Amino acid sequence: MSSSTMTAEPLHLEKPELQVLPPPVWVDGGPSLAQITDDIAHPMEARPGKGWWICFGIAFAALLNLGGMVTYLIANGIGVWGLNNSVGWAFDITNFVFWIGIGHAGTLISAILLLFRQQWRTSINRSAEAMTLFAVACAAMFPGIHMGRPWLAHFIFPYFPNQRGPLWVNFRSPLVWDVVAISTYGTISLVFWYLGLVPDLATLRDRAQGKIKKFIFGLLSLGWNGSHRTWSRYEITSLILAGLATPLVLSVHSIVSMDFATSLLPGWHTTIFPPYFVAGAIYSGFGMVMTLLIITRQTMHLERYITVRHLDKMAKVTMLTGMIVSYAYATEFFSAWYSGNIYERAHFINRATGPYAWCFYLMVLCNVITPHFLWTKKARTTVWFLFIVSILINIGMWFERFVIIVVSLHRAFLPSGWGMFYPTKVDIGILVGSFGLFFTLFLLFIRVLPMIAMWEIKNVASHTVDHKMAHGVGGEQNKEVIRA
Amino acid sequence: MPNNLVVATFSDPVSLLKAVNAAQAEKYRIYDVFTPYPVHGLDEAMHVRPSRLPWVTFCVGLTGVTLALTLQFYASVLDWPINVGGKPDNSTLAFIPISFELTVLLGGLSTVAALFLRARLYPGKKPLLVAEGVTNDKFAIAFRIRETAFDARKLAEIMKQSGALSVGEQEAKL
Repeated sequence: MSSSTMTAEPLHLEKPELQVLPPPVWVDGGPSLAQITDDIAHPMEARPGKGWWICFGIAFAALLNLGGMVTYLIANGIGVWGLNNSVGWAFDITNFVFWIGIGHAGTLISAILLLFRQQWRTSINRSAEAMTLFAVACAAMFPGIHMGRPWLAHFIFPYFPNQRGPLWVNFRSPLVWDVVAISTYGTISLVFWYLGLVPDLATLRDRAQGKIKKFIFGLLSLGWNGSHRTWSRYEITSLILAGLATPLVLSVHSIVSMDFATSLLPGWHTTIFPPYFVAGAIYSGFGMVMTLLIITRQTMHLERYITVRHLDKMAKVTMLTGMIVSYAYATEFFSAWYSGNIYERAHFINRATGPYAWCFYLMVLCNVITPHFLWTKKARTTVWFLFIVSILINIGMWFERFVIIVVSLHRAFLPSGWGMFYPTKVDIGILVGSFGLFFTLFLLFIRVLPMIAMWEIKNVASHTVDHKMAHGVGGEQNKEVIRA
Repeated sequence: MPNNLVVATFSDPVSLLKAVNAAQAEKYRIYDVFTPYPVHGLDEAMHVRPSRLPWVTFCVGLTGVTLALTLQFYASVLDWPINVGGKPDNSTLAFIPISFELTVLLGGLSTVAALFLRARLYPGKKPLLVAEGVTNDKFAIAFRIRETAFDARKLAEIMKQSGALSVGEQEAKL
């Protein structure tokens, strides 16, 4: 009996009043498949505009500055930074945690939203994943140059034959976990991104005019020909990678937080760090995704594909993660008071009233207050306003890491060991330079590769039709849906 | 065996699915379907068997976790045990993060490698494009012509009825 009712139930889905509900539209204007290819390939085939050249010029200048500063740093040692006996980690590790956090939004969009079948990810996943890769590149640089003797960086990896004599790396150390986690994260993100690019590279190969372009795209597209048997395996592979990347991304920032949490320092020694860092990472990452996409949709004229509805969704994620971060801030203070630990209490009083209190209040202003401006739909769909909010989030999250790292270090247990950290020109130059590296890579990316996944957009643009067909609704009616 | 193909092209996925179903009903064996994006419903229509790629992920992932645990155990317990903060030589819990990362790394890389091997995708491969625009906005079905019991004319008719833009024979560069 139950089986007959079970099979009858899906028919209710076809009730006429349900069909009145419009399916969510993630591409404006209903472009044809060929139109989608043309629109997305356009920025790569046209000459870049003035806006692109100005941005690239500034970013490239910052990158050159980075090159100079890093050379100077390696030649002279990390004493050229403002580090001292009290504050042994400052801008370097702040930048590292900041950049690795930025990357997390890309993986969230490409993997977690894929598992949740969120279609709005399709317009933004390619550029968000690219952002992840560039952010990881920026992040990976900092532990390297922070080592003092970067030419011995390979010592952190266990390798055969073991040239350190019988001594191995300490596998119980979160710093070793961190190296493994970030290398894995970078590798898997790169592979996932490239896999997503292969069908689009084939599209570009088949429309390329020049010989060189045809050759390069031909080499990279691996002979892709749109075979459905390959598509079928390809989709399974994407799903598996998404399933692997989801726990991976959560593990990466958890492990980054353990670099701090497993120490005994007040302000670091807390079990709330892993979820707190992951939420903060997604919050800051979405801030950066919004900054980048608002600029690119405007300058590359892709408003049809990256709509205000996409921005609205991202603003909602930002609100949610922003409030989780606020909650974590409050919990830290509560735990410090409730634990009765005098060092912990002293640290948090110092955080709010000490010499770096202005950093703390700037962080609260940007991360706790700002998300609440997004409660109204009007705010979430006003592009210039979102742009300002996204910049504030970036600033706030950088200062959050600065507060956690420097403010905890500068006044630890013994007052005789207290000190202050003041950044030098090299500190600031390398911070600015890392933005130069990031933006140079991103600006080159939007010129040489499709910044929106064409095949996924085509899939979404005709999704309603496929869905009905799969459920056996007649063909004629569906053809009208396609044209509509 | 002649390596010629009958190729029918379509401009939309609905006609394509209709044609696939019609051809299957008439017992024509489909060589492959070529589309600019994965058309849902084609797996069922073409009777594509579920991929075995998840097994690759599982087996290599298992190898990854075993390798990582073995290496860490060997290094920390057998080869050179060091007392770090009084922790036991075999700190299995502390070995979990690296084991997890290696599982994901090897599992992910092997799955993609297996996909490329199975689908014969490699740099420098000449793509077999049965029709113009299958990577842009066209959909195509290819049938391999067989010596016996292959009525090409009837097939062309079925395709046209389903809404094909064109039906033609071509030499396959397989």
